[in-house]
Amino acid sequence: MTVSPTLILIVLLALSSAAYFMGRRRAIIVAGGKAGVKNLHSLPAHYGAWAALWCGIPALLVFGCWLSFQDAIITGLVINELPDQVRSLPQDRLTLVVNDVKNLVSGNIISGDVDLTMIKAADHYRNLLVTSKATLGVVAMVIAIAGALIVLRFIKPNTRARNHVERLIKILLIFCSTIAIFTTIGIVLAVLYEAIRFFKVIPITDFLFGLEWSPQMAIREDQVGSSGAFGAIPVFAGTLMISLIAMLVAVPIGLMSAIYLSEYASKRLRAVAKPLMEILAGIPTVVYGFFAALTVAPFIRNTGNLVGLDVSSESAMAAGLVMGIMIIPFVSSLSDDVINAVPQALRDGAFSLGATKSETIRQVVVPAALPGIVGSILLAVSRAIGETMIVVMAAGLSANLTANPLKAVTTVTVQIVTLLVGDQEFDSPKTLAAFALGLLLFIVTLLLNVLALQVVRKYREQYE
Amino acid sequence: MNNTENTSPLKKTSVVRTMDIVNQGLKKRYAAERRFKRLGFAAIIASMLFLALLFVSISSNGYTAFWQTFMKIEVFFDPELLPQDALRTADYGGLVKQSLRNMFPKAKGRRDKRALYKLVSTGAAFQLRDMVLQKPELIGQSLEVWVPADDDVDMFIKGHFDRNLPEDERRLKDNQLAWIDSMTAQESIKKKINTTFFTAGDSREPELAGIRGAVIGSFYTLVITLLLSFPIGVAAAIYLEEFAPRNRWTDLIEVNINNLAAVPSIVFGLLGLAVFLNFFGLPRSAPLVGGLVLTLMTLPTIIIASRAAILSVPPSIREAALGVGASRMQVVAHHVLPLALPGMLTGTIIGMARALGESAPLLMIGMVAFIVDVPGGITDPATVLPVQIYLWVDSPERAFVERTSAAVMVLLAFLVAMNATAVFLRKRFERRW
Repeated sequence: MTVSPTLILIVLLALSSAAYFMGRRRAIIVAGGKAGVKNLHSLPAHYGAWAALWCGIPALLVFGCWLSFQDAIITGLVINELPDQVRSLPQDRLTLVVNDVKNLVSGNIISGDVDLTMIKAADHYRNLLVTSKATLGVVAMVIAIAGALIVLRFIKPNTRARNHVERLIKILLIFCSTIAIFTTIGIVLAVLYEAIRFFKVIPITDFLFGLEWSPQMAIREDQVGSSGAFGAIPVFAGTLMISLIAMLVAVPIGLMSAIYLSEYASKRLRAVAKPLMEILAGIPTVVYGFFAALTVAPFIRNTGNLVGLDVSSESAMAAGLVMGIMIIPFVSSLSDDVINAVPQALRDGAFSLGATKSETIRQVVVPAALPGIVGSILLAVSRAIGETMIVVMAAGLSANLTANPLKAVTTVTVQIVTLLVGDQEFDSPKTLAAFALGLLLFIVTLLLNVLALQVVRKYREQYE
Repeated sequence: MNNTENTSPLKKTSVVRTMDIVNQGLKKRYAAERRFKRLGFAAIIASMLFLALLFVSISSNGYTAFWQTFMKIEVFFDPELLPQDALRTADYGGLVKQSLRNMFPKAKGRRDKRALYKLVSTGAAFQLRDMVLQKPELIGQSLEVWVPADDDVDMFIKGHFDRNLPEDERRLKDNQLAWIDSMTAQESIKKKINTTFFTAGDSREPELAGIRGAVIGSFYTLVITLLLSFPIGVAAAIYLEEFAPRNRWTDLIEVNINNLAAVPSIVFGLLGLAVFLNFFGLPRSAPLVGGLVLTLMTLPTIIIASRAAILSVPPSIREAALGVGASRMQVVAHHVLPLALPGMLTGTIIGMARALGESAPLLMIGMVAFIVDVPGGITDPATVLPVQIYLWVDSPERAFVERTSAAVMVLLAFLVAMNATAVFLRKRFERRW
């Protein structure tokens, strides 16, 4: 029987709950029975939890580390066992061989011929994997039981179990709250690392200021194909154009709906319209993309043809329009908050001077809320730039440098998806280019968000 | 008022004049007021119209996918074609072809025959195989079997293309249409509820494609996301609201959380690809990795919602508990957490709904592969419902349009159910202090 990670987890869980009950019983015993519980420093449950935590956590840590590094270590061991002529292959060929071995292990179809050395290596790999898992099971269990036993020995009436448990839990809480930081660091490091590798091949100035984008690279030496051009200006231009169209749709409609809902609408209309807006916000972007490709793009093309315009079937217009619809609720809900935060006194003042409602809104409320509105628009822009599925499904792939919204353009996110879906070669600029684009995307959206949050926060403080 | 009467006549006229100016402009100003109000109303109507258009366009395209065209064929389970020792690999396609030839003996010549065979889905052979494997005593008997029709026939029966087009512009040729007509006359072609759509995995053939694999994949991915993001998110929120000192470190955490909430989802996909796949060597296309990526993505949502829920618990409750001697951890565990739980759950469900609809980061970690098998675990290759939709949109067959729309309807149904649960929870357990 092979030891699966799930089984180990279940066993660990069972051991921890056993440790809990044993710890509690032990506490009651050392206190001298149920009547003596009041002599304990902490509640019996605390002693139980103490034992359970020391039983579960160290074992879980070992379990996690083991699984994370098991693959790398086993692969290394298998490579060492391979015959010399295989080991002396260049790095990328060796990776291929290792992949074939792994595929053999999991029973998939492999690319090359199966020879004896590969089968041997696969067997070796499989054996190591089984051994590793079995060892992990034994080690984890020993650690769990040892942890529980040590704690059980420490249980005395005056042991401060509650303080121990609470300190451990607090450490856990702190760890959980730092995950956000680790995620950010992870994003920055991962994207930066690959992007720097890309910039070693393609100079950063060529990337930022080049006018031609055609990332087809010959993967094999003898392949017919262009050497690839990585000038990202057309990609940026496409992104900007689609975002601009989206904002032209979303800002007027979103802003006006927010104004109407917060200033004019009756309670009943608000009760109906707001949830409907939320539905619009909750629709997955892939559905919007489908809508763009199925309904909007053909509609625009047919209308264009009627008027005699030449509209490409994947026009920037269709993608931008639908993206604008997607962003409407975003703009409107953010602006709604901001407009509601404008003090009533300002409105009353304007009314008392004889201003009509629309004059009050245009000349008092909106100017007062302007920083917040700008902030929400910035957030919406960052959303539009980072939006992926709509453009992947409705915008084109070819990087045209054009100002015509009826032509097909491409965006940063589309390029990331097309470069990374399918075969990836982490030593070819083609794949690494996606990370360079990702880095730019991350930086730009980050700047926009920081700026927007700053603006909004500053404005809120003014009225609070 | 008294003051104006006492002032000089000159000033009195000037007051009247201002009033005149105001009155003169009033009509214009009221018109502007009405215009502005109408503009606002139009904006709301516009967004509602977009919403309606979206739903109408998808459901009008998609509802037909819940029915599927079947054909009745008379199959003779020929013992010669079905050798007892190789039942699994026997030529079931041959059986189907044979019965089609028997139905339309006039089809002569290779081209005619090939056109005839095309009327029936390739899935018919698998259906016959399953029947024989289940009941081997069928061999040697004749039986009427309803088999799925080819997607072109299906589209024709559902009225998606016009038979009056010139022959070379249609997918079905004249002779095929004649056969279909004669089958329709014999009532051996009809539409039935499409169960395949809910029970099958993906397929290149629209009539055999289903969403079960994608739904199960979504389920595994969401389970991983929920198991990780709910405890971690709640723990982080508790620490930040109840224990964290106000210092630069916690400020940094807070800024990070707010920024992560607005990072484009595709960047999380890049993170997953570089860290989980390339660094830790986790399997590609697996719900495990998908769940990890979506966890990182939904964590900010859950943390922010949970913090709001904790904040809404009044301090008097904490003080009362502290007053009777509870430790701060006990205050949180016994009082704050139970009271804040409905709010946290609401936030979590909304985060899960977002995760269910998310597809961009999953494209990066290889969940776009064409996978026929229904995944059996969290490390099996799988896809999720939104990605399945994305994959089908790319398929050229007309029949995939309605299936894509139907898949969208299923996805939206799940989302509506989740959001309705969240609203219900909020309504049922919301407490105003």
